[in-house]
Formats: sequence, structure tokens, C-alpha cells
Amino acid sequence: MGIQQLFAWLENTSVAAAIRQSTWMFPTIETVHVLATVMVVGSVTMLDLRLLNVAYRDRSIRELHEEILPWTWASFLVAAIAGSLLFSSSATKYYHNFTFRMKMLFLLLVALNAAFFELRTYPRVANSDRETPIPLAAKIAGAVGLLLWIGVVAFGRWTGFTK
Amino acid sequence: MIQEFCDWLANTPLSLKIQTIMWIIPAVQTAHILCVALVMSSMAMLDLRLMQVAGTRQPVSRMIDRFVPWIWCVVPILLTTGTILIIGEPSRELLNPYFRTKMVLLVTVLVITFVIQRKSSRDAAYWDTRKIASILLGALSLLLWVGIVTAGRWIAYY
Repeated sequence: MGIQQLFAWLENTSVAAAIRQSTWMFPTIETVHVLATVMVVGSVTMLDLRLLNVAYRDRSIRELHEEILPWTWASFLVAAIAGSLLFSSSATKYYHNFTFRMKMLFLLLVALNAAFFELRTYPRVANSDRETPIPLAAKIAGAVGLLLWIGVVAFGRWTGFTK
Repeated sequence: MIQEFCDWLANTPLSLKIQTIMWIIPAVQTAHILCVALVMSSMAMLDLRLMQVAGTRQPVSRMIDRFVPWIWCVVPILLTTGTILIIGEPSRELLNPYFRTKMVLLVTVLVITFVIQRKSSRDAAYWDTRKIASILLGALSLLLWVGIVTAGRWIAYY
């Protein structure tokens, strides 16, 4: 089964049809998606701003990392589930939608940036305390993360304006 | 009267400009949502602390000093971007019950936040020694912010 057929099948499941036909289900799931998304973006921004030495300078990177990221991940899980339900309601339409594809591309780049930071950069900066200067690699990870998330939100919002 | 104001506003040169340039509304909405992300996550962290759910290793006053100053910087940006959206589509917002609900919830939560910050700045241990009030206000504030985001999204569906 090709990807087109897969999405055509998805769109015809009873859940997808129910979301598409109901007047209240799409806005309600969308609200959950927005709430979870603002928690993901807002919380990860806190860490990014710390990496850029802009905010929360009284905290070590490890402290923030341990305190914030569990909430980021929990919120991401909710956002992804709600987003998948929204996607299913018009799967083939979204699959062909340029802004939606850009959003997915930016999410992929977010994941690569985060994976690189976690595996390579974080072990080097985790033990640095509030006085230690932040290495360039960590600053770049923070700046790139911020910009990519702005892209995700912008393309996500734009998708709502496209047919 | 509000209808007449909306009609007048929709015909001002600034509104017409916003209406004709396609990308302005999505771009301003994007900026608005990014600011909501900052406020919502900061306030959720503080509210969860007030509710004794998260960050309990630290005193409430430290969380207030860390998170509340943010919202006084970001809320004016939200008001500015929100005003641009209203100028662009006055009837969509001002005549909309979800928008009006959102504004009432917003004013309420800002008053509550101001009180929480003020009590803490006069007596750092204020909320640590008043657990019940702290839990209730934290829960109320979180509920109000969730309500604000929900009402905000539903404006589009009225």
C-alpha cells in the first residue's frame, strides 16, 4: 500500500469521518492541540533562552533541563495525538498541502537539532553551573531551536488559512 | 453601537491595508501564538508550583520572581498583536461572544496574578505559609489561562 492509499484509508476510518462531519469535534481537538503546542514551544523556549544566556541565568542548565523537559515531552505527546486526529480528518488534503509539509519538515529539523544537542552538546554543558560561560555549540543549538519552532508554529498557523 | 464602530473601523485606511495584504493576519496570529506560548508556559509552571504539583524544591516566591516579570513584558505584545487583528477584522472579534469571554477571563487572571505577585513581594513566605489559598489560586489561574486559549481558538468558529 502506497502512502496515498494509506492516507485515503485513514481518512475513511470512522474516527476521521466523525471529526470531519461533526461541528464541534475539530475545534475541540484543535484547542487541545493549540494548548499542548503552546506548552511545548513555551517550555522549550525557556531552555533555549537559557542556552543563549538570555534568561534564567540563576539556574544551571541541568536544573532547567531536568525540571522543564518532562513537561515538554508530555505536552508534545498530547499535541502529536491531537494533531494526528486533526490530520486524519482530511489526510489526503493535508498530505498535498505545501504549508503542512513545511511544518513537518521543520518538525523533523527540530528533532535533529534536539537529538544532536542531547547526544553531543548536553553532556558537555550539563554540569556547568550558573557562572560557567556557555559554549558556542550550546548557543547555536538554542538559537536554531528557537528559529525552527517559530517556523513550526508559523507553518502550522498558515495551514489553517489554506484550502 | 459596537456594530457601527466595527463598520467605521473596517473602513479606515489601516484596516483596509491589513485586509488587502494577505500575509499580515496569519503572520500577526503567529506572533500572537508565540507570545501566548511564553505566557502560558510561564504561568503553567507557576500555577503548578502554587498547586504543589511541580517545582516544590523551591519556594513559591522564587518561582514568582522567575516567571511573573515575563508576562508583564509579553502581555503588552499580545495586546498589540491582538489590536492589529481587531483592526483587520473588527466584527469578527468585537461582536464575538468568545472574544468577549476571553477578555473577561484575561482581566480576571491578570488581577489574580498581580495580587499573587504583590503579596509575595511584601512577604516572601506569604504563599508558602498559606497552602490552601495557594492551591486554589493556582488552580483558578491555570483554569483561566486554559479558558483564554480555548475561547481564543473558538473565536474562529463563531
